Amino acid sequence: MKFKRTTAQMNWIYAWLLLSPALIMLFAFTHYPAIVTLISSFFSTPRGKRPAKFIGLENYQALLNDEVFWQVIWNNLLYALATIPISVAIALVMALWVNGKLRGLGFLRMAYFTPTVLPLIAVANIWLFFYTPGFGLIDQIRNGLFGLPDQNLLGQSDTVLWAVMAVAIWKEAGFFMIFYLAALQTIPPSLKEAADIEGASRWTFFRRIIFPLLMPTTLFVSVNAVINAFRLVDHIFVMTGGGPDNASTLLLFYIYEQAFKYWQTGYAATLTVVLLALLCVLAIGQFFFLDRKVHYR
Amino acid sequence: MKTLFRSLCVTAGAVALSAGTLASAYAVDLQFYFPVAVGGKAAETIQALTDEYSAQHKDVNIDAIFAGSYQDTVTKALTAARGGKPPQLSVILAVDMFTLIDEDVIVPFDDAATTDEDKAWLNSFYPAFMKNSQTGGKTYGIPFQRSTPVLYYNKEAFKEAGLDPEKGPATWEEMVEYGKKLVKKDANGNVTRWGVRIPSSGFPYWLFQGLAAANGKVLANADGNVTYFDDPAVVESLEYLVDLNKVHGIMAPGIIEWGATPKAFFEGQTAMMWTSTGNLTNVRTNAPFDFGVAMLPAKLSRGAPTGGGNFFIFKDSSDEQKRAALDFVKWITAPKQSAEWTIATGYVAPRAETWETEKMKAYTADFPPALVARDQLEYAVPELSTYQNQRVTKILNDALSAAITGEKDASTALKEAQAKADAILKEYR
Repeated sequence: MKFKRTTAQMNWIYAWLLLSPALIMLFAFTHYPAIVTLISSFFSTPRGKRPAKFIGLENYQALLNDEVFWQVIWNNLLYALATIPISVAIALVMALWVNGKLRGLGFLRMAYFTPTVLPLIAVANIWLFFYTPGFGLIDQIRNGLFGLPDQNLLGQSDTVLWAVMAVAIWKEAGFFMIFYLAALQTIPPSLKEAADIEGASRWTFFRRIIFPLLMPTTLFVSVNAVINAFRLVDHIFVMTGGGPDNASTLLLFYIYEQAFKYWQTGYAATLTVVLLALLCVLAIGQFFFLDRKVHYR
Repeated sequence: MKTLFRSLCVTAGAVALSAGTLASAYAVDLQFYFPVAVGGKAAETIQALTDEYSAQHKDVNIDAIFAGSYQDTVTKALTAARGGKPPQLSVILAVDMFTLIDEDVIVPFDDAATTDEDKAWLNSFYPAFMKNSQTGGKTYGIPFQRSTPVLYYNKEAFKEAGLDPEKGPATWEEMVEYGKKLVKKDANGNVTRWGVRIPSSGFPYWLFQGLAAANGKVLANADGNVTYFDDPAVVESLEYLVDLNKVHGIMAPGIIEWGATPKAFFEGQTAMMWTSTGNLTNVRTNAPFDFGVAMLPAKLSRGAPTGGGNFFIFKDSSDEQKRAALDFVKWITAPKQSAEWTIATGYVAPRAETWETEKMKAYTADFPPALVARDQLEYAVPELSTYQNQRVTKILNDALSAAITGEKDASTALKEAQAKADAILKEYR
């Protein structure tokens, strides 16, 4: 009896020891900062001679009255709604395309994957050149081939957000394609043969067999896409700085500006809480509602 | 594994020991952050100058740290100060002075500069640069990498348009008139060369001050707690800027990128451009045509903002460190070093004495455009600098962008901006 209990205890200690490195990291770098952020969001910003003081929900009130905040939320939602479905759809099409038997398949796969291995800052600089009015790539084509006037996509409030979305889609689609490609490779060829015998069309085969089998991948990819839509803002720094007039400011970029440019750390903490809450809701929603529709083998 | 660990320990111990002896070899250690905002040889020149100083002063060890852009540098310095380990010395945008005071991280130079000689030195800088460096009767910043915007023009384009290539536009009206002559269109009616280019991405407020100052208005008071964004003269200046595209068609529409501006000038896509004198050496090296440099055009008078970085001494330093920092700043702003720095970068030497050195005389005789910026200092106004400077500036930037992109008219945009700035600054009055 005694012996048994010690084994159980040993097992228990052993389990915690195995878990502890990951747990310590998680608590130190994820949970603890999140809790501290939540606490700071109820305090004013400390300045040299004035320490932070408890102000309750004042930061949240300021947030509700901050028109830039609402514009930023709107920008970010639009950004997510456009980039997620488009990049996932393109990834799927590309994966189906390079899953077949083609000449130069390796080259094609590599070409699709290249944007993913480039750092986003580098990508942003490349696209900055594409968009440059006058002598950028887009204008050279527009002027040279079609005789059209210069564009200034990054310099107009109504086009700038779409211009940065294009960069995100270009960057992300290749990454998601890899997951789809891996999933496609695991689908047994016998399914295709059976479908052929039954006389199913290619479209029916895709819609009724391939697509449902890819659902777990789609879930994974879309969770990632949602997170990235709120997480990746490097290109905003390089391409627009959030301008003109906040037209391309995304939530995380706004948080950075508030925290490290204006030193409004209390307000930045409040914004961070909003971002965390938003991500939690989206992730939970995806797992609970989409998960039911996913068929796991 | 054990031996590896032991040898690691020994190495670490040895490193710690040698670092200890290394540090104690100097009487004073200084950490010095500096930003680089323009291309060219800025970083190497600063490094070379600090090395030279260290070689001459054996008891002082200066650790010069390249800290990124101006924005990165102030962020790093403030973060370090909040963490209790600030640098002793840093070059930071002159306009961040009020922010640094508000954060209580810097000390005035007057604290360390107590001798008569030191006081004379404090008074030897051009007043235009000191306006952004002093408040409440104290000097917090010493001008170092300071600039001012000027108008660059393509002499060949001027000749082609039948204009005098030795004379830039002197007034706002002239700039429009010249611009109209300089605009070139292709067979489809698309513009291939614009008349003028006033970049507006990121920080449109800087060049905008060149317009407002020429129209007789500075954007904020000297105490840094009142702005004048909705003043009629300021509104008129913004209308002029917007009309360069909307009415006169001599400037490209929308926000114009800073980074691409020199390139557009080299490529002949614009005949005139407004940009910092910090670009002088760059344009001199890369423009494939003869170019001229002129002061910004006048409305009521000439006018231009200053810009760029000052030296700041951080509070959390010992008295020896403060004195050593002061000594280093005095040395690097002395005529000989200052001339070297100006010639390498194009920044405006901040003291009259520097311009009197043989080296500078030879340089300006060979390259007279370098003098335009200095002569313009007579008309220079302090750059917009307030408490919570970055936030207030951002409000103005947003308003200017909204007007330039045509979302709001100039007067509405500036009225809203003034209201927002008032809300932030009222606690400092």
